[in-house]
Amino acid sequence: MQEAWRDEILAKRVLVAIFNKAEKLGREVRFMDVCGTHEDTITRYGIRSLLPKNVKILAGPGCPVCITPVEDIVAMMEIMKKEPSILVTTFGDMYRIPTPKGSFADMKSRGYDVRIVYSIYDSYKLALKHRDRLVVHFSPGFETTTAPTAGMLWEAIEKKVENFKIYSVHRLTPPAVEFLLEQGTMLDGLITPGHVSTIIGVKGWKYLTSRYGIPQVISGFEPLDVLISIHMLLQMLIEGQAEIKNEYERAVKYEGNIEAQKKIDALFNVVDAKWRALGIIRRSGYVLKKEYEEYEIRSSYEVNIEELPDLEKGCRCGEVLRGLILPYECPLFGRVCTPRNPVGPCMVSYEGTCQIFYKYGSLYG
Amino acid sequence: MRIKMMHGAGGEAMDELISEFILKTFKLKSAGSVSLDDLDDGGSIKYGEEELIFTIDGHTVKPIFFPGGDIGRLAISGTVNDLAVMGAEPLAIATSLIIQDGFAGDDLKRILQSMDETSHEVPVPIITGDTKVVEEKIGIFVITAGIGKAKRIIRDSGAKIGDVILLNGGIGEHGFAILSVREGIEFQSSLNSDVSPLWSLIKEVGEAIGWENIHAMKDPTRGGLSEALNEMARKSEVGVEIWESNVPLNPAVKAASEMLGISPFDMANEGKVVMFVSSEYAEEALKAMRRHPLGKDAAIIGRAVEQYKGKVIVNTEIGGRRFLEKPLGDPVPRVC
Repeated sequence: MQEAWRDEILAKRVLVAIFNKAEKLGREVRFMDVCGTHEDTITRYGIRSLLPKNVKILAGPGCPVCITPVEDIVAMMEIMKKEPSILVTTFGDMYRIPTPKGSFADMKSRGYDVRIVYSIYDSYKLALKHRDRLVVHFSPGFETTTAPTAGMLWEAIEKKVENFKIYSVHRLTPPAVEFLLEQGTMLDGLITPGHVSTIIGVKGWKYLTSRYGIPQVISGFEPLDVLISIHMLLQMLIEGQAEIKNEYERAVKYEGNIEAQKKIDALFNVVDAKWRALGIIRRSGYVLKKEYEEYEIRSSYEVNIEELPDLEKGCRCGEVLRGLILPYECPLFGRVCTPRNPVGPCMVSYEGTCQIFYKYGSLYG
Repeated sequence: MRIKMMHGAGGEAMDELISEFILKTFKLKSAGSVSLDDLDDGGSIKYGEEELIFTIDGHTVKPIFFPGGDIGRLAISGTVNDLAVMGAEPLAIATSLIIQDGFAGDDLKRILQSMDETSHEVPVPIITGDTKVVEEKIGIFVITAGIGKAKRIIRDSGAKIGDVILLNGGIGEHGFAILSVREGIEFQSSLNSDVSPLWSLIKEVGEAIGWENIHAMKDPTRGGLSEALNEMARKSEVGVEIWESNVPLNPAVKAASEMLGISPFDMANEGKVVMFVSSEYAEEALKAMRRHPLGKDAAIIGRAVEQYKGKVIVNTEIGGRRFLEKPLGDPVPRVC
């Protein structure tokens, strides 16, 4: 099944069609992906190297770990200092994200108990295993990750696992795209993330097209998915349409995953939230509702964190996240800033555009 | 600076450890045409008219018993393969066992038997050794040194533009087999380590096409095929071009790599060899490899090219192009 989505002959056929359409259009067009997994596919399969010169793919804010505010990471670390017995879990890339006050990895080397998990389920299991300890999952992620967080919290609530809490830095994706459009990032179309769409459905993205006239194709993650989506976007541009289409029909329904949406809506409120290197984005963050706030660690500890600089001097992660530049346009990329010595969050996360470019040695255009 | 796990994980961090600490400290580093500075799979000793190859390898694998092998088989294979990829017939092995206080005697016996069986496969005698028991919780470390004799020494740095690149079978099997036990992940089909001594396979090819027509050879262990090809491209000053869809891949490895988001190119092998051979002998070399049980899935995966000297270019499954970089260290799954 998967193989068919990587078939070279089919890919060539789609590419011929893409070249025809691109020639017909004549002008330069810019499409954006807003998902680390899409960027991974695009870079890993060398898709940019296959496209016509006038079809540009930008990478947007597709990395939840990269945009997690510095102040939240520091706040979590301050809470640990107040209560050193807390066991904190988070994902492997979050663990290494640098802030002006250090990283979770630094906390670990100072003797605090920070553990890397692959999912919130592992964290929950730790809470069951250590009932005498407070286990806090520092929880970043877009809708795709918010869904399992909600599921796990419901179980904790039902089973009264009171030593399990989260620090929610969950974010919503469509408001970030809207923010970029309002800020003036020039786009001709959106390669809309399939995973997020399995949760929020086609309907979750529709308003972007009706409000901003931007064509969208919800895309799967195999290379042919991406090529077909690019072709569909070109087709819409030629026909002067601005619609939202679903290339990833095998996984995404119009309504999305209603069960997951219900679980998320019952637990979380949507609020204005900060994105690292982007700023405050309207109605883009998930916080636990008042009645469940005991499961949010911030409700038990008050810490006040002054505003900190998002990025080190010279780091252009912000422009990378906005889709204004690709990593190799940053003078630090690959020289000063590497995955071993990352300067900015885009180089730390597996979903960060800079790390993806570095890892797969993209042949720059 | 403190030495961290990543300094031992292959990749850039390990390069730094080796060059900054080891190569800068040692001054007497050469006994023949291949010295410590060459960082090849072994060094050479000039002995009269001939040259001997000498190598050593410490084995610390966890768990010590894993699907497809154990630390004993690994210890013999690892050292035999380091000799074999330099074109050297293994003559003898020395072994040092460092054992934790309280280690199960039955397990030790199993490991020793496995070493014995593997040495018969080659065949190579184990002619000397040393045993230590320590209090530190290490389980068991098995260190093996090997000595061999080459008709013609084959280096990492001998690849020539136009050479064809062969690989004897599927990549990443050892790495994923170990990871699956360590993480407690079950895959749809069994995933076994490829750990095997490669001398007889390499000999088959060397004798079929003539040793002088194998220009460069390496076993892609830690750091996987990515690391091995990059090393060879850099040392030989050639570009390396490979076709991703030609690289053999066991379906279980493929499934595991998809699930965990780890490239099989970055995963360790313990029974694989990459060979750069003269293009006119490529087909014959391939046939010779395939005659051997450890080479039945052998394939031509690429060639050495003029462009992009020192780099590895991959033609992806759908025909796109990118560089294949050295792994960043121990691969870790992506989130999301």
